[in-house]
This record gives sequence, C-alpha cells and structure tokens, in this order.
Amino acid sequence: MIEIESVSKSYGGVRVLDDVSLTIPTGGITSLIGANGAGKSTLLSVAARLLPADSGRVRVDGMDVATTPGPVLARRLAVLRQENAMSVRLTVRELVAFGRFPHSGGRLTPEDHRLVDEAMAWFELGPLADRHLDQLSGGQRQRAYVAMVMCQGTDHVLLDEPLNNLDMRHAVQMMRMLRGMADELGRTVVLVVHDVNVASCYSDRIVAMREGQLVAEGPTSELMTPELLRKVFDVEVEVHELAGRRIGVPWS
Amino acid sequence: MRRRRGVQRWHVVAALVGLVAAGSASLFIGVGDLTPADLLDPGEAQARVLWTSRVPRLLAILLAGSAMAVAGLVMMHLTRNRFVSPQTAGTTEWVGLGIVVATLSFGGTSVLGKMAIGVAFALVGTALFVWLLQRMVLTDVVVVPLVGILLGGVVTAATTFLAYRFDLLQSMDVWMNGDFSGVLAGRYELLWLVLAATVLAYLWADRFSVAGMGESFAINLGVAYTRVVMVGLAIASVVTAIVVVSVGSIPFLGLVVPNLVTLAMGDNLRRVLPVTALTGAAFVLVCDVLARTIRYPYEVPVGMIGGVVGGVLFVWLLLRARKRAFA
Repeated sequence: MIEIESVSKSYGGVRVLDDVSLTIPTGGITSLIGANGAGKSTLLSVAARLLPADSGRVRVDGMDVATTPGPVLARRLAVLRQENAMSVRLTVRELVAFGRFPHSGGRLTPEDHRLVDEAMAWFELGPLADRHLDQLSGGQRQRAYVAMVMCQGTDHVLLDEPLNNLDMRHAVQMMRMLRGMADELGRTVVLVVHDVNVASCYSDRIVAMREGQLVAEGPTSELMTPELLRKVFDVEVEVHELAGRRIGVPWS
Repeated sequence: MRRRRGVQRWHVVAALVGLVAAGSASLFIGVGDLTPADLLDPGEAQARVLWTSRVPRLLAILLAGSAMAVAGLVMMHLTRNRFVSPQTAGTTEWVGLGIVVATLSFGGTSVLGKMAIGVAFALVGTALFVWLLQRMVLTDVVVVPLVGILLGGVVTAATTFLAYRFDLLQSMDVWMNGDFSGVLAGRYELLWLVLAATVLAYLWADRFSVAGMGESFAINLGVAYTRVVMVGLAIASVVTAIVVVSVGSIPFLGLVVPNLVTLAMGDNLRRVLPVTALTGAAFVLVCDVLARTIRYPYEVPVGMIGGVVGGVLFVWLLLRARKRAFA
C-alpha cells in the first residue's frame, strides 16, 4: 500500500503538485492519467523518493520514503523513469542482475541467478542476454530496463511511461507482462500512461490528475466516462463499449 | 548461442605473462651491472643495486601505473563522461600548484608536506570541477573535458607565476614530468598508499557501476548516489596527488587505459577494474623500459614516452568515437 499525504512540490515558483492525498491499495495495476504537465511524473518521482516533496509525506507499507534507509526501501519499491539515457555499456544480463543489488550487494547467490534468468525469460530477453545495451533497439532496451526493475523483486513497481519507444506489438506485450506481474506475482504496479485506452483496458484503478491536483480516483469502470475525461483533458471524448472494454474516442 | 565476449581468459593470461616479462626486463636494465645469473649469487654491489634501486623502481611503476589507470576509470564513470580523467579535469594541475605552495611554505625537502598540500589541492580542485559541471547546461560530451582542461590551464598559469617569482621554474618541471629515475628505497614508500586506495575502489566497484547508471537508477537500487560519487572522486584525487608528488605526471595514462579496456570489456566495473589496473601497470612499465633503452645509457623521462604513446592511442580513440557516432 502506498499512502500519499498532502504532498506539494514546486519548481521555481510553479506549483506542480498541490496538496495531493491518495492511497494506492495493494495489488493490481493503477494508472495515473492526465494532460502533459498535470504532475503525474512528479507524483511518481516523489512517491519513489527520486524527488523530495516540499511538504507532505509518502509511506510505502507504513515506511516514510524520505527517512527509510535506501537499501531497505529498494527491497520494497522499484521505480523506472521515463528517460533513461544511460551511457554505461553493460550487457542485458549484467543490467538485469543489478536489480538484485539491493538484496545481495553485487555478490549474486544461485537464487539471484535463477531470478535473473526468470526475469529475462519473462521479457523474452534470452537471445539478447550477452548483447550490450547500446546494440539494442529502443524497444529492446526499454524491455531490459523493465526486466531489471522486475528482477528487483519488490512488492511495489512504479513505471513512468513504460510504453515509450514500443511499437504496437511490443506495447501490447509489455502491458500483458505487467498484467501478469500483478495477477500471477501479486505485485502492486503503478503506471504513468499517456493513452487513456491503455489505462482503460489494462488497469484496475485510475487516478486522474489536472494541474497538480487530484481530479478523481477509483475503479477503471467508474472513471472511464465522457464527463471525467473532459474534466481531465479539456477535450470532448466519446466513450464506447467495445467487446466488454470501454474505449474513449476523442476524434469526433 | 552465446556471443563471444570481447576479452577472454587467455587475453588476461597473455597480459599477465607480458607484464611479468617486462617486469623482469625492467630489473636488469640500467647502468649498474646486474644480470639474471647474478640473482643466484649476488655480490654486495649487485645486491645493493637490486634492492635500493631496481626493485623499488619496479614496484613504484606497478603501483603508480595501476592506481592512476583505476583513478581514471572511476572518474570517467562517476562523471559519466569517457573523456574525464585526472588529467583532463584539472586535478593534476591542482597538485602542481599544491607542490609549489608546499615548497614555499615548508621548503623543498618535506615530502609529507608536499603530499598533504597536494592531496588537499587535488580534492579542492576536483570538487570545483564537479561543482562547475553541475551548474552548466552541457549538450556535448567533449565540452566537459574542455572545461577541465581550461581550468587546469588557469591553475597552471598561477603555478608558473608563483614558480617564476620564487625561482622554482626548473624544479617545477622536474616535479611534474613523470620520471622513475629518482626512485630509491626510502623515497617511494608513500606510494603504497595508492594500493590501499585501489583496493578500496575495487571493494566499491559495484556501487560505482550503479552510480554510473545515473542518479535515479542509483537511488532506485538503494545506493546513496551523492556519497558514492564524492567518495569515488576523493579516491581518484588522492591517488593522483600521491602519484604526482612521488613520481610526477604520466600524460594520458588515466584517460587512454580505461578507455581501451572498457571498449573491449564493457563497463561492469567489478570485471573491468582489475584488468584496467594490470593494463595501467603494463603501460607504464613498457614506457619506462623504452625510456631507459632509447638513449642508453641515458634516460629520457617516462612522462615524455607516455605522452607520445598515449597521445597516439588517444587520437585513435577519438577517430574511432567519431566513426561510431556517424555509423
């Protein structure tokens, strides 16, 4: 469970997060949606202690992220940012193995090796295991980063725009894998997503933000409505039921 | 199918054999007569040459070469820029200023004084470089080392001015240019400190790798990013200061060796660091043997040979980087 209590954050006089309070329950996929600059990524970064909040606090399983020792939190919560310009030349296997660093501090046990292999198999990275990251396509690299975060074995996984760089096939594949992480491995997955229809089809809960404030949160079925989407994005969106899924169509 | 790695075990074995061969050669090159046969039954003179000059010289070369290469590797990683090393971040130049200041304060004989002030200046200089980097918006990787070289130039100007005013110009030249001919038993032992620093760097190798991935990756993996960067840069600065004060500066060592090794082996420091240390030691050893044989029985400073060999390698690296960028 992630509890966010009246968190505020400003950049040079601009309030990016304005007194946000939110509880993300354990299990399932929660998607953060909102227009550009709504504060989704900032909220995710604050929750993952990548950014300090100006005020308020975030607790993960009751532990305050600002004061809990780094290695302790790294075994409970993993995060991947949107931009990962990494100049380090590591092989895919080496990168994924660093996900075990919080557990074994670099000295991998046989169990760690098993988990590394498992994470690579999960994201179909086996054939790429010994390739360097700079020899991969953007989409392959993105899968390798997510595999590393999965390999960290944390109950909470926070991902900022995990579909970046992925084509349609790999985007679908990635969402299925994240769905599997939530359903089969019981992880709590929190995503920032641009596409409301991805949020609608794959997540259990939606958190909608606008101008640094929380607009609404709740089960996906309750939030995928024309009224809410207009409030969040300032665009008229028709919502249609298609094969049991709610699809928003903004191009009217 | 497993793809072949750039470096295999036999490469390391070959490098070790080469290192041992060059090391033995180093023991028997010099004006004083000493042949391998003498080792079985050394006369008093031969024993003295061996233990007061040749062995200390070999040890100094191995210690300085490995430590400087590792210092460059760590620095390059933590600044996330392949062209940053103690020699392109201004660290070496700060040590030079420190040596002149120490000489003016304590006189020319106090090695400990030079070392203390050299270390202090290296730490301040490197910190200043990093502070500058954090405050600049840089778009090009080559701009970063240019800032360091610029900073080093300004510091050297100050050093030269001081040295000129107090008539130390000639001594300054001798201090700064890498040269192992002055290494004798009793005058190089402080170099053992850099071995401790190198071992420390190895123990923290994984942390440095993680920090090299960037701040958010490091925080995610529970690594105290700022502290690791500070410790790493401090290790590099202290090593640089001790080496420059003891034997002078060997150009390109901290820049070319780590680049060559990581080019072949990737950036996982736990694997790369020992090979970098060996390669650094071998680089200096070969340069020193060359420096002693090229004008036998005279010596040229090893810094000069290192500058030529390293310079050629560096140009090759730059051209290669260009080709990769446009490929």
